[in-house]
Amino acid sequence: MPVLEGTELRIVGFLCNWCSYGGADTAGVGRFKQPTDLRIIRVPCSGRIDPLFIVKAMMNGADGVLVSGCHPRDCHYSEGNFYARRRLEIIEKFLPILGYEPERFAYTWVSASEGQRWQEVVTSFTDQIHKLGPAPKILGPQASDTLSVMEAAL
Amino acid sequence: MKFQEELKKCISDVMPELDVVIGWCASFDPLHATPHFMRRKEDIDKLEISPLSVHNLATYLPGLRGKKVGIVVKGCDSRSVVELLQENLIDRKDVTIFGFPCTGVVDQSKIKKALGHTGNVESCEMSDTALVIKMDDKTQTLAMAEMLADKCSSCRYPDAVISDYFAGEKIGNKGEKDVDYAAVEAFEKLSVPERFGYWLKELDRCIRCYACRNACPLCVCRDHCAAESRDPHWLSQENNVRDKLMFQVIHAYHLAGRCTECGECQRACPVDIPVLMFKQKMNQEIREIFQYEAGVDPEATPPLLSFKMEEENITEKVW
Repeated sequence: MPVLEGTELRIVGFLCNWCSYGGADTAGVGRFKQPTDLRIIRVPCSGRIDPLFIVKAMMNGADGVLVSGCHPRDCHYSEGNFYARRRLEIIEKFLPILGYEPERFAYTWVSASEGQRWQEVVTSFTDQIHKLGPAPKILGPQASDTLSVMEAAL
Repeated sequence: MKFQEELKKCISDVMPELDVVIGWCASFDPLHATPHFMRRKEDIDKLEISPLSVHNLATYLPGLRGKKVGIVVKGCDSRSVVELLQENLIDRKDVTIFGFPCTGVVDQSKIKKALGHTGNVESCEMSDTALVIKMDDKTQTLAMAEMLADKCSSCRYPDAVISDYFAGEKIGNKGEKDVDYAAVEAFEKLSVPERFGYWLKELDRCIRCYACRNACPLCVCRDHCAAESRDPHWLSQENNVRDKLMFQVIHAYHLAGRCTECGECQRACPVDIPVLMFKQKMNQEIREIFQYEAGVDPEATPPLLSFKMEEENITEKVW
């Protein structure tokens, strides 16, 4: 049983290798205090992120998903984050129709030098998810709560 | 249908240059039509265009690439053809498009609901206003307006947007204005957890037949569909509602900026899951953010294949 069982939620973070992952590292090196709910997945570029990763993470039990890449015009591959911005904006607007609060997902831009900004982003996003509480689960031990919602809708 | 003879003549004039012309003909009972592949002159006589011509025949086009194909299209089907042309999945020179003024097609689920069952229909007479169905020694009259598919009552493109031959008088396309998103808006009145419950309930009856995918004119991946791929392994083979719902999200997302809302996914669904709503929602957003509508201009660049340095309609979160 994890030490923080019950107090910690599961947040998945997709971070681009060049800026945000570096930024998170900078925050770590600078010893900025951060919440521990976030599990980071490093991707080559925010343009690598299929928006379906976000939905898949949610359906597999994540309580929130955070995506972070290089600032627009700063992409290591010149334009990956411009495409990403369009895709992520669409999926953010799409989540509510599925029954996930739009606040469970956020995307932002953090550069490798912005350790401080990374700390702010993680802290405020984690707070936001804690305010919402755990996301409805489809499978696994917590699925019974969802089933009761389902029966209520019947 | 008045234009039907004119259309038959058009087809028979061009037929010698074509390998096949796709239309509709009568099916196993008077209440259904079926896609009709015309290869010889005598096949043309069987062509029947009526409110039962529900199928979007554009679905067959990518599979017939390389052949000279003629296709009869309703307004909504023609938008799928435009989309296929835009994506370079078919060649304009090989496709001959026959248009006609479409006054709407029926929704078989609505008829079934109104009649209880449609097992032994003996005859079905159709006029502009009514369907007269003879069944079980009874004659029942259904109002045509009530039996039309939802997409037809709010149709903005009754005439083909692209055609080589057009039989009959054009009704007049309304274009990109006055889009009806009543179904989505009504659904959005539910609270967020209720929506989640709704989808779990609806998708629970999904039998994973993938008819929605197979009927979709823009699902063109064939053997490389994400639903059946093991690498990447998007979906398991398990029978659970999570994977069923996930597939619908995959379908909707892969159609973002491409879907013309022809409604084939929902029509093909054997258990009547309202899967079109996902696509309508996606289109609504794309319209709001990018002012783009798929299936109108074969030369347009779809929004997700382009970008602007400064997006006018995207406001990023401030931390």
